[in-house]
Amino acid sequence: MMKITEGSHAVAEIVAFCRPQVVSAYPITPQTHIVEALAEMVADCKLDAEYITVENELSALSACIGASAAGSRVYSATTSQGLALMYEACFNAAGMRLPIIMSIANRAMGAPLSIWNDQQDSISLRDSGWLQFYAEDNQEATDLHVIAYKVAEDHSVLLPAMVCFDGFILSHTYEPVDMLSQEDVDKYLPKFNPYEKLDAADPISFGMYATPDYYHEFRYEIDNAVKRAGGVIKKAGKEFGTMFGRDYSSMTEEYRMEDADTAIVAMGSVCGTIKDAIDEMRASGKKVGLVRIRVFRPFPSGDIAKALSKAKRVAVLDKNISLGAKGATAIEVKDAMYGKATPILNYIIGLGGRDVRKRDIAAIVALAEKGEGDMFYGLRKEVL
Amino acid sequence: MALAVGCRARPGKSRDNKTGSWRVFRPVFDNEKCSKCGLCQTVCPEGCIHETDEEFMEPDYTYCKGCGLCAEECPGGAIEMKQEEK
Amino acid sequence: MVDKSLELFECGHRACGGCGAALAARLAMKGAGTNTIVVNSTGCMEVFSTPYPETAWKVPWIHSLFENASAVASGVEASLKKQRRGEKVVIMAGDGATFDIGMICISGAFERGHDFTYICYDNEAYMNTGIQRSGATPYDASTTTSPAGKCSFGNKRPKKDMPQIIAAHGAPYVATASIAYPADLMQKVERAVNTKGPCYVQVHAPCCTGWGFEGEQTLAIAKLAVETGLWINYEMVDGKVSKVKKVVKKPVEEYLKTQKRFRHLFKPARQDAEIAAIQAMADRNFEKYGIEIKLKKE
Repeated sequence: MMKITEGSHAVAEIVAFCRPQVVSAYPITPQTHIVEALAEMVADCKLDAEYITVENELSALSACIGASAAGSRVYSATTSQGLALMYEACFNAAGMRLPIIMSIANRAMGAPLSIWNDQQDSISLRDSGWLQFYAEDNQEATDLHVIAYKVAEDHSVLLPAMVCFDGFILSHTYEPVDMLSQEDVDKYLPKFNPYEKLDAADPISFGMYATPDYYHEFRYEIDNAVKRAGGVIKKAGKEFGTMFGRDYSSMTEEYRMEDADTAIVAMGSVCGTIKDAIDEMRASGKKVGLVRIRVFRPFPSGDIAKALSKAKRVAVLDKNISLGAKGATAIEVKDAMYGKATPILNYIIGLGGRDVRKRDIAAIVALAEKGEGDMFYGLRKEVL
Repeated sequence: MALAVGCRARPGKSRDNKTGSWRVFRPVFDNEKCSKCGLCQTVCPEGCIHETDEEFMEPDYTYCKGCGLCAEECPGGAIEMKQEEK
Repeated sequence: MVDKSLELFECGHRACGGCGAALAARLAMKGAGTNTIVVNSTGCMEVFSTPYPETAWKVPWIHSLFENASAVASGVEASLKKQRRGEKVVIMAGDGATFDIGMICISGAFERGHDFTYICYDNEAYMNTGIQRSGATPYDASTTTSPAGKCSFGNKRPKKDMPQIIAAHGAPYVATASIAYPADLMQKVERAVNTKGPCYVQVHAPCCTGWGFEGEQTLAIAKLAVETGLWINYEMVDGKVSKVKKVVKKPVEEYLKTQKRFRHLFKPARQDAEIAAIQAMADRNFEKYGIEIKLKKE
């Protein structure tokens, strides 16, 4: 059913349809509307879940770890500083192979403190073993939660997943969203069937420690599971498309790439702006296309290399910076394109909520055409 | 053996680690002096002292580390620590 | 009723011979029973009991991090509640995990009122990392981060009163216990797991390696702590102290001189002022809790 709703509320509604049994979260801007909406649903008996109002984010994720291990489907949401406070538990949840789903309303990392959007928070946890989805709009933010549960809980995966959508730009924006119904979600997403659980009838020890004889292999197994998730995501995305008409069978999206000379690579809500800018550039004869990354972990290297194979140049836009190196996406795209002669130029854009407009995209394409890149785009020279 | 998902295990495997090899002193139980009070069994950090059919106490030397707590606590002085012979 | 023959903590664990914490775990599990899920913080007990795949635990057990056991337990409890399951949730954590790094998670979980029992095995320092001081380390104890030296008598602060802090959260049942009194310890754990709401049992568990004494002395030293008034065994029901263990008073010196961590109080020179200061702490305990048994003079 089509409805116009705020991104956070759409996410809260779809999460409730996924029937989490334990919700544990701590308020932080711009994630708050999600957890407030879920609390309201619990208070009104519209969501039959235990809602744990923890005292900080580390406990939010820790409670999810306990509840997931005990056999419940769980949910949390956070952003930025909150996610950073969870850092230790993030690695732990993945290593313990617990299918926790967490929404990230992407926000910049302090210092300086900023409540506004970029993707530094979740990107900084790219090595933690979590699957990472990045939504372009609220439709996708909504749908990806359902897919994320299905993939994470698959017994060939058993990993936690972050569903990332840009703070404020999506979380606080009203957009039309075609909402699935409870029946739709029930049809698509099976009941939670834990692989193993804490159970007095079958006492298992969870979270043992590994000596050097085993640790190396355990990490190998987690890496295998993250990579294996790629196939499961494609399958689950296709099934979603068959059932509901919106296809997510690819971890990337190609927009007007068929004969593109300049290929832009980006993630998240800025891709909407990029698509509009591409349409305008195309109208004036510039052959520009977009490869949008929807799944950052596992990283779809093969799909990206294939999509970029005919481009003359690649402009990678990053709303994050691995300080002292480049944007994380650029580093990974370069890895995917290793051995190819195509120039790959990196542009750090929109940090801490700096607006990225169509004319910025056009300017970046012009820079790429001149071979100028690997830069912070749009610096205000007057304050430097 | 394939690795368990998430570094998990079911009970029983700790018994593969035969801690009796750590022992320097061996508790030797004298049933003549034993009052069958069971204190040695209660205070053993290994939980490796068992009751025999005659209700006397008997350590499992496969796991007994020879700490001597049982001998120290035994109210009847029925347990003596003797140096292990190599 | 506690089933004393129940063994839920198996042989083959890697604790030192004479380990107080291992005994605490074994006894506590007898009190808790088979229908229990254990949440263990990082620490000695976690490490000596669960090198993969050799778990010593015969009940479901989970370890996540050092500081988050009470948050993990909150999640376990919420999940069990939602599933209408009957297992009891028991946290096992050392004094470092409890007095120091876990304080935020503990405060949150006790304030929220989850139904669990938190057992702190208190060996009065960070033993797993090599005997560093914690908020539970007693006054004047020498540790690797509070070493006694030319201008130091060791740890400068008295032990934090953790049971009072927990009680202030409104915990229905708080108790202190000692491995020197096994029956009392088991009964207290049993009572805690059968009391609805967040309960706390702090167990004095001497560490032969960290305190510097021979393993066979573990119980004798634990008993001396109680008899000198440096450890008080009591219950607190709804914040009110009850059932305090009474003793025939012994001077603190008898306890202190048994352990290397206090050796600097006696050698090379006897530190009368320091010993007197510790005796004064014990005297205050005797007075506060009224625990002295006066023997009639012949």
